[in-house]
Amino acid sequence: MATTIRPEDVTFARPLQERLRDTWSSAIGALKRDPVLAGSVFILLVGLFLVAFSTFLTRTEYTRPEPFLRLLGPSADHWFGTDDTGRDVFDRVLVGTRISFLVGFSVTALSAVGGTAIGLVAGYNRLLDNIIMRFVDALLAFPTILLALALIALWGPGLFNVIIALTVTGTASKVRLVRSQVLSLRESTYVEASRVAGASSIRILVSHIMPNTLGIVIVLSTFTFASSILAEAGLSFLGVGVPTHIPSWGNIIANGQRHVQVAFWISFFPGVFLTVTVLAVVLIGDALRDHLDPKLRGRLESTHGGTDE
Amino acid sequence: MWRYIVQRLLITIPVVLLVGVITFSLLQVAPGNPAAIIGGDEASPEQIAEIESALGLDKPYFEQLGDFLARMLRGDFGTSIFSQRPINQLIQPRLQPTLSLGIQVVILSTVLGVGMGMLSAWKAGTRTDRAVMVFAVLGFATPGFWLAILSIWVFAVNLGWFPVIGYSPLGDGLLEHLRSMFLPVIVNSYLGSALVMRITRSAMLEVLREDYIRTARAKGLRERVVFFIHVLRPSSIPIVTVVGATVGALATGFVLTETIFAIPGLGQMLVQAITRRDFPIIQAMLMVVAITLIVVNLIVDIVYAYIDPRIRY
Amino acid sequence: MEGPTNEFTPHRWCELTQQASPEHLLEVRNLRTHFFSPGAVVKAVDDVSFYLDEGETVGLVGESGCGKSVTALSLLRLIPNPPGRIVGGEIMFEGRDILKMDQDDLRAVRGGRIGMIFQEPMTSLNPVLTIGRQLTEPLKLHMGMTNRQARSRAAELLEFVGIPNADVRLRGFAHQFSGGQRQRIMIAIALSCNPKLLIADEATTALDVTIQAQILELMKNLTEQLGTALIIITHNLGIVARYADRVNVMYAGKIKETGTADEIYEEPRHPYTVGLLNSVPRLDLPTRGRLDPIPGEILNLARLPEGCSFQDRCEYAVDRCAAEAPPAHTVQGNHQTACWEWERVKLPAEAGVSQS
Repeated sequence: MATTIRPEDVTFARPLQERLRDTWSSAIGALKRDPVLAGSVFILLVGLFLVAFSTFLTRTEYTRPEPFLRLLGPSADHWFGTDDTGRDVFDRVLVGTRISFLVGFSVTALSAVGGTAIGLVAGYNRLLDNIIMRFVDALLAFPTILLALALIALWGPGLFNVIIALTVTGTASKVRLVRSQVLSLRESTYVEASRVAGASSIRILVSHIMPNTLGIVIVLSTFTFASSILAEAGLSFLGVGVPTHIPSWGNIIANGQRHVQVAFWISFFPGVFLTVTVLAVVLIGDALRDHLDPKLRGRLESTHGGTDE
Repeated sequence: MWRYIVQRLLITIPVVLLVGVITFSLLQVAPGNPAAIIGGDEASPEQIAEIESALGLDKPYFEQLGDFLARMLRGDFGTSIFSQRPINQLIQPRLQPTLSLGIQVVILSTVLGVGMGMLSAWKAGTRTDRAVMVFAVLGFATPGFWLAILSIWVFAVNLGWFPVIGYSPLGDGLLEHLRSMFLPVIVNSYLGSALVMRITRSAMLEVLREDYIRTARAKGLRERVVFFIHVLRPSSIPIVTVVGATVGALATGFVLTETIFAIPGLGQMLVQAITRRDFPIIQAMLMVVAITLIVVNLIVDIVYAYIDPRIRY
Repeated sequence: MEGPTNEFTPHRWCELTQQASPEHLLEVRNLRTHFFSPGAVVKAVDDVSFYLDEGETVGLVGESGCGKSVTALSLLRLIPNPPGRIVGGEIMFEGRDILKMDQDDLRAVRGGRIGMIFQEPMTSLNPVLTIGRQLTEPLKLHMGMTNRQARSRAAELLEFVGIPNADVRLRGFAHQFSGGQRQRIMIAIALSCNPKLLIADEATTALDVTIQAQILELMKNLTEQLGTALIIITHNLGIVARYADRVNVMYAGKIKETGTADEIYEEPRHPYTVGLLNSVPRLDLPTRGRLDPIPGEILNLARLPEGCSFQDRCEYAVDRCAAEAPPAHTVQGNHQTACWEWERVKLPAEAGVSQS
């Protein structure tokens, strides 16, 4: 066996373009097979559409109080009714989509990038690993919302502070995951092979290990997206999130809480939007996990009922 | 076994210390002078100086940190800025509602979650299974505070079965107490059980595929025995993990639920402290919650060792 | 033919017709086990018939994926469903059809009348239950023993399979035993209720070669002592030659050749058997210098060709093989082969192929 193995021979990744094409066509296939998944994707697309165009779709001055239109029930004029200052709930809910998606995407993107970078470093450097992981353990000892509450209590309420506060815990959980993935990948045969073939640590980290952590980061990101939308709504509900003059699903629900005895619609409709959005994201995350982790796929295929015909 | 527990305890100590450091340092990473932030916009320079010396902010960082950790070790959470009373005293009357809520919810959500998860795994692939999973995914996606409001509207406002809000302490009689806690307990238990259901189901389905389950069947055991002993025991590790994690999620849920249902517990105290910028209370709450969760994790790890002989070396 | 033949319904056509007589301990007739996935049916076991007498040792041989393990699992109805299902045939055991039994009778057979050992000793024992618990379970279930009786019997069984210090080790867990020891424990469990039949499904494949021999000797000795019949399922012809009285060679879900171990070894009449023999080292034949693997790959069972399933890899293949599946031809006595060209098929050594 006189053949020399060069590092590039050990690369298992196929060209990016080819992989993207495969991913695209298998995604289309999955959507055709699974109506629930297709519905979830559709809901997210509607959400994105609202983020871009909701302000053009409103039929009322959704920020201006109309004292004569207070607490009206759902009707043809006001599909979701009006709130305690006479503002149209439907319009406010539509516009509120922006805040949820903004928080969701920002927190997800920031924590995915930060978490992957820190996790890779922790997984590859023993010394830093100890420091980073103890810190991460301690951070994760606090529930997300409590830590966010504490940070916001100091920094003051506001959209930006909400995003930063939620990013802190989102990052910590991804660091832990990426790091454990790196630790197991480091021992895998193909990383061993490229190390033997003389690839540098940085090269191995970037071209072999990072692509393989991507899947699990994406799956966790859907969870981050869902939970940060919920957290933002919770914080806004408590009055420490988005200020009330900007409609957000959380603060509309909070506003409705005070009038739940006479005007349930104020809280009801934004909650439905919130639930449906989170549901869609969670279901997409499930589908991605099943797709990326074949071990989890087809669990149904062999069950206990199964010893008999 | 004992060696394992001691080892696990020793790992916990630095984490607890770091939790203290982070809790303390939150005040330091704040933009600007923390005393001014705590004092609010209308505070006079004298008031700010007063806050500074009350919190020891005029001392060097490490000295403050040392003082803080030493106080925490003694179990002294300091003094509230708003009411000027020792925080330990403020916490005491609020323990009962939160603990009562917590214990009820942990028990109910575990029973509900594990029970439904097992049902789902037993009936895997059937309509029952799908119904349970839909129920679980919904519980996962529904915001707790919204569900709480909805339940008030349905059960208290429209049906009149429960008081809209208002908390009856245990002193009013057990039945009255449970009745006043019913809605918050149900709402939190449902949300808490959602993840437990999913994990229980998938853990059991995974074990059902193991070779040793085939062995158990080849021995001629009843399917019931296979399921409740040979499957349940090995799948309880992920189940215990997720039950432990649920406790963390509950801590979050309580902050919102206690506010909505006007339960005078620790969660409500925290929300009040945040609106009043009463930072010593916030720090105390963070410490209490974090240490509770660390202890829960410790218990979970010890239960692991009890369940799985491979862990206890 | 002996016995009241009209007791049995007439056989459908089958590849290898074997004589039905009620005194066989186990008789499998036309067994078909299929696996269903969207758009494909895998006929893992397709019309398999064979028999086994009391105290006899029979080998079931073939490459991985040929359906031999599925056959074994089908005998106890342990096929996971979905995706698998036994779609036809009979499994007559002690005069009763296992496929028609209700759950209670089936459970009495499993572990009671028939014991089974699996391929993976590392994963076949429950990791979180004590060995004692796993060993006493069938004793209490099938023998009606009390806890204490089962306990002392379990200790005896452990000593019986060669694990000393049984009292202490019964309190141990699977991870505290080596692979060979775990397989010994599996043997103890399988034999605990004095079954009439022991099925060893690739029981030694995952073990070191030295341990393999020990475990096989142990199984052979114990079954001889107890008068238990034994089905050895393996891809290793050497094991079969040494331990089995009779051999069934399987390929692509069908039995291709059947006969006594001597007949199969000395005078194979199916090209597949010849191929299998050529791919293992033999000490009893002149040195051939190298081993010949069978050309080609094992078939995709979801897309079998018309005619003989072995035609693509067969050097004897003629036009007829592609058109028509070969029925069983009797070579002599009970030696049968499913090959059109069986008269031409010879071991290379006899045909003078040996070089050097």
